[in-house]
Amino acid sequence: MELTLAIAIGVLTGSGVWLVLRPRTYQLVIGLSLLSYAVNLFIFSMGRLRVGAAPVLGPGGAGNPADLADPVPQALVLTAIVIGFATTALLLVVLLVARGLTRNDHVDGREPN
Amino acid sequence: MDWTRHLLIVPILLPLITGAALLLIDELRHTLKALLSIASGVLLLVTAIVLMRLADGVADGGGALSSSYALANWPAPFAIVLVLDRLSALMLALASTLALAALVFSTARWHRAGPHFHTLFQFMLMGLGGAFLTGDLFNLFVFFEVTLAASYGLLLHGSGAFRVRAGLHYIAINLAASLLFLIGVSLIYGTAGTLNMADLAVRLPGVPAEDRALLHAGVAILGIAFLVKAGMWPLCFWLPSAYMAAAAPVAAIFVVLTKVGTYVLLRLSLLLFAPEAQGAAGFGGTVLLWGGMATILFATSGVLSSQSLGRLAGFSVLISAGTLLAAVGIGNTAVVSGALFYLVSSSLSVAAFFLLIELVERSREPAADVLSVTMEAYGDETDESEEHEDQEVGVTVPGALAILSVSFGCVALLLAGLPPLSGFIAKFAMLTGMLNPDGLGSIAEIPGSIWLLVALVILSGLATLVAMMRSGVRIFWTPLEELVPRVVMVEVAPIVALLALCAVLTVWGGPMLSYTEAAARSLHAPSTYIQSVLGTGHLPGGAR
Repeated sequence: MELTLAIAIGVLTGSGVWLVLRPRTYQLVIGLSLLSYAVNLFIFSMGRLRVGAAPVLGPGGAGNPADLADPVPQALVLTAIVIGFATTALLLVVLLVARGLTRNDHVDGREPN
Repeated sequence: MDWTRHLLIVPILLPLITGAALLLIDELRHTLKALLSIASGVLLLVTAIVLMRLADGVADGGGALSSSYALANWPAPFAIVLVLDRLSALMLALASTLALAALVFSTARWHRAGPHFHTLFQFMLMGLGGAFLTGDLFNLFVFFEVTLAASYGLLLHGSGAFRVRAGLHYIAINLAASLLFLIGVSLIYGTAGTLNMADLAVRLPGVPAEDRALLHAGVAILGIAFLVKAGMWPLCFWLPSAYMAAAAPVAAIFVVLTKVGTYVLLRLSLLLFAPEAQGAAGFGGTVLLWGGMATILFATSGVLSSQSLGRLAGFSVLISAGTLLAAVGIGNTAVVSGALFYLVSSSLSVAAFFLLIELVERSREPAADVLSVTMEAYGDETDESEEHEDQEVGVTVPGALAILSVSFGCVALLLAGLPPLSGFIAKFAMLTGMLNPDGLGSIAEIPGSIWLLVALVILSGLATLVAMMRSGVRIFWTPLEELVPRVVMVEVAPIVALLALCAVLTVWGGPMLSYTEAAARSLHAPSTYIQSVLGTGHLPGGAR
């Protein structure tokens, strides 16, 4: 499981970084989205990987805290997803405006000669 | 003391409520919106000053140097806290002063250039207040994002292809930096098991040796995220064009935005890697010192080659950022105290500069700046000056131009760090701290890197002076065409007020320096900060 997750994060990050370094705005926004997926998975992994553990207390009240998954990374990921979506949506709007104003989708607003 | 604890939440709630209320008002009622926004700014400034006195007063009683506020009254390491100490109070006061000046300036015309200017401005103030006051890393991220999201909107305010292009780069870089921020925070959580800054400082020595490398990597990644915002050299190429593209009042408040990065670096490096911390004291200090020096060098060459005033101001922001980062890297109490004074003085003067540029450029042909740089290189072919000599005698200087040129001169003096204004005291205090690390009177060995920094600080001042004078002469002394800018009172008043504040800082240099010195001392002794967060932060037995 660790290996699967690590490969997933690695592939997402690698593709994300490559896309962010591309000169087209569409590639930029897809790259940033992939990077934020990778980061969210990474935050999960920092709470240690557990299979089948309840996120908070299970039904029936108090139990042994060692049986539970760490709830803090889940709260962090939730916040990070919300903020990531909002800012990516904002970036998308700016990209559309830039596309309209400069009539091309190069990040510098000019096609290289 | 009882009601004053609740003042800590005001810098977050007040702009939030004002901003939300402004959304409900019709977009055409500019005056009402501006009045509400300015009223909120005034209240924020009053709150910040009261908080500053509070942070300063508690220490004199011999008690804790900082007070904390447990949100929803949950105890500290598990829930969110707001912490107030001298540094955060000072930053709040600075941010609200600049915000007030920018808001008053914007009422002349900028706030009508696009929708929701005041709302975005208030949300940005909320983010700034939260970032200065918060006591844990994840909320720092949240407030940072609130600030940045509002700043994206503000940067695009007024629209235009140039702004959109600069905004695109700004947003993309800041989004990438935010992702680095999250990676750093989660690495720290994964190794230390907490995100509360005070709790982190306590737990740091107990982190097992095999996890230490991972923890340090997390802190370093977090540091890179802040360095992007603070504008350290290899990470700062977005800054001058973004600041140049922003509308004048927006650029003025953006000056605080780079200082937020410096603030966090100062706080975290001294809290987590205090001299007492075993094995990790001064972690990253060398990087900050050399990176800061590289920034000064880069910005100095940028200042000298700038062909527009906006770019010149953008590079001035970088000079002050580099100087501050290097000072944080040294991490000695006297230097940090001088650096805090420098932070206040340079922020005020650069903000005044951004506002001034707008007024000066309104009346001028755009080529004059290019001329000011190139004419000296290729020779000044003004043979016609002899023909006009009769006209030049007894030319009356219009009032507006007089005020603008005097302000320009003051800004030049402040940025270059020449007497009699506060820029000189700030740089002098910093240099004194660098050259007398053990206090005046005792001779200490000064390493070569410090001498290099001293040279760079002085050299950058000289370069700023040269660049400012070169532009100033072209604009005010020998304009190719006599044009008087049309300015209104509400535009001149904020500039004059900001410069007057610098003059006041000069006169009150003593009290101000003793304040920053106390702030630096308490930063270097984080035990009281930790105690106030983890100790009796929450109200005992309050209604829950």
